[in-house]
Amino acid sequence: MVWINAIVQGVLLGGLYALFAAGLSLMFGVMRFINIAHGDFIVTAAYLMVALVTGLAVHPAVAVVLVLIALTTAGYVNQRILLNRVLGKDILPPILVTFGMSIIIQNALLEIFSADSQRLPAGWLETGSIVLSDAVAIGWLPLLMFAAAVAVIGGLQLVFYKTPLGRMLRATSDDPEIVPLMGGNNAHIFAIATALASLVVGVAGIFLAMKTNFDPSAGPARLLFAFEAVIIGGLGSLWGTLVGGIVLGVAQTLGAQIDAGVQILAGHLVFLALLVVRPRGLFPKM
Amino acid sequence: MTRLLETQGLTAFYGDFQALFGIDVSVDEGECVALIGSNGAGKSTFLRAITGMIPARGQDVMFAGQHIAGWAADRIHKAGMAMVPEGRRLFPSLSVEENLLIGAAGKRPGPWSLDAVYELFPDLVAKRHNPGTALSGGQQQMVAIGRALMSNPQLLLCDEISLGLAPKVIKDIYTAVPKIRAGGTAILVVEQDVGQALAVADRVYCFMEGRVTLTGTPATLTRAQIAAAYFGTTEEAH
Repeated sequence: MVWINAIVQGVLLGGLYALFAAGLSLMFGVMRFINIAHGDFIVTAAYLMVALVTGLAVHPAVAVVLVLIALTTAGYVNQRILLNRVLGKDILPPILVTFGMSIIIQNALLEIFSADSQRLPAGWLETGSIVLSDAVAIGWLPLLMFAAAVAVIGGLQLVFYKTPLGRMLRATSDDPEIVPLMGGNNAHIFAIATALASLVVGVAGIFLAMKTNFDPSAGPARLLFAFEAVIIGGLGSLWGTLVGGIVLGVAQTLGAQIDAGVQILAGHLVFLALLVVRPRGLFPKM
Repeated sequence: MTRLLETQGLTAFYGDFQALFGIDVSVDEGECVALIGSNGAGKSTFLRAITGMIPARGQDVMFAGQHIAGWAADRIHKAGMAMVPEGRRLFPSLSVEENLLIGAAGKRPGPWSLDAVYELFPDLVAKRHNPGTALSGGQQQMVAIGRALMSNPQLLLCDEISLGLAPKVIKDIYTAVPKIRAGGTAILVVEQDVGQALAVADRVYCFMEGRVTLTGTPATLTRAQIAAAYFGTTEEAH
């Protein structure tokens, strides 16, 4: 039963990893953009949430809305005035620029919030659970995270395949050179993609703040989990990213069942093993 | 007739390489004009320059009464110029219908709609939900033309639409031209097939090495004149 419990907890943890990864997957899918600062954006959203709720005593529901609006807007503006300038055939400039942003963000957070680790108290959400048997209990927070991941990925899927905006995003992903000849403005379309990705980053950051302790240097580890989830799932597939997150989550909780020290390592090992067997991931689209 | 497009002394460069040396081309409203010339003569470069795909800032390009030189491609598109790019360039992950709908993203009003395009190319109806690239070459070309028409352009640019297609398919596609003109759209075709160009166009420009070497109506041009302008051959060559 402990193993079943580990798998259940792993699946739910996978929801959080999918939330970490969805934004990364989206930006890569639309514009082949690799955002090294992705994890730091998530941590920034987490800090923003904590600052609003514990610092300024804003109601949590209001804080959630504010964080999401702030992240979405910042994503659009950042893409429009900075990242679009480095976007091109060469994938190296975006990596260098976002690597620089990653360092700047970590140091700015350190300066403002100190190195002390933080956490957003989530009250009954943190401790409450549904008891299925004496060995298996599902916590409200992990369940909510998983539901949020499914909702976010389902929502993105809907936007991509059922709306004019999604049609334009997919067309831009196919052939950005031709899109302007069809009346599309690439700079705007790319900024919309980043705004959507940043909205998801905001959701991920809010859950990160409730789920674990975090500090200014927590970003790169989130980026690594996000990368692994995207690669396991297969580039360009959003549902694949959810599966990738689940695979990673289950590997980690099973690893932790063997030995607490093996938890993170187990995730990486499964990632490497999958790369050997399926180098393009489980459900590659590109 | 009113001038729709007019370029004067248009030049274009790829880095240090000059591809166009002062091109004067005009298209009237509702007119069909053909650009002929061999590979590398500058025909496609001319289309790229007027659509904003390569910079034309500070040059003299008038379209529908506006100076469009230096405008971004999407703005020129919204002003009423639509392109059927060389090699069709359909969006592979979009269905036929989605490809057509992308063309309408600029929301220009006019006679062209999904229904009108399906009436023009009935072959596409059964394939509307197939991926755009799962069609035959001729059908893909129909989608590319339909996608451009969906923006209700005043000027339709067709870059080598007969390239790589069987003669019968080319004929099918060119039967659409009179129907497109009936809606009031002017057409500028780039063709390597001189016979096809002369058959369809009101006026012809022949390009060679980045310059216009000959212009006139199909009725007034002789084969010898065209051959000379096309290949740069001199009188003694025939």
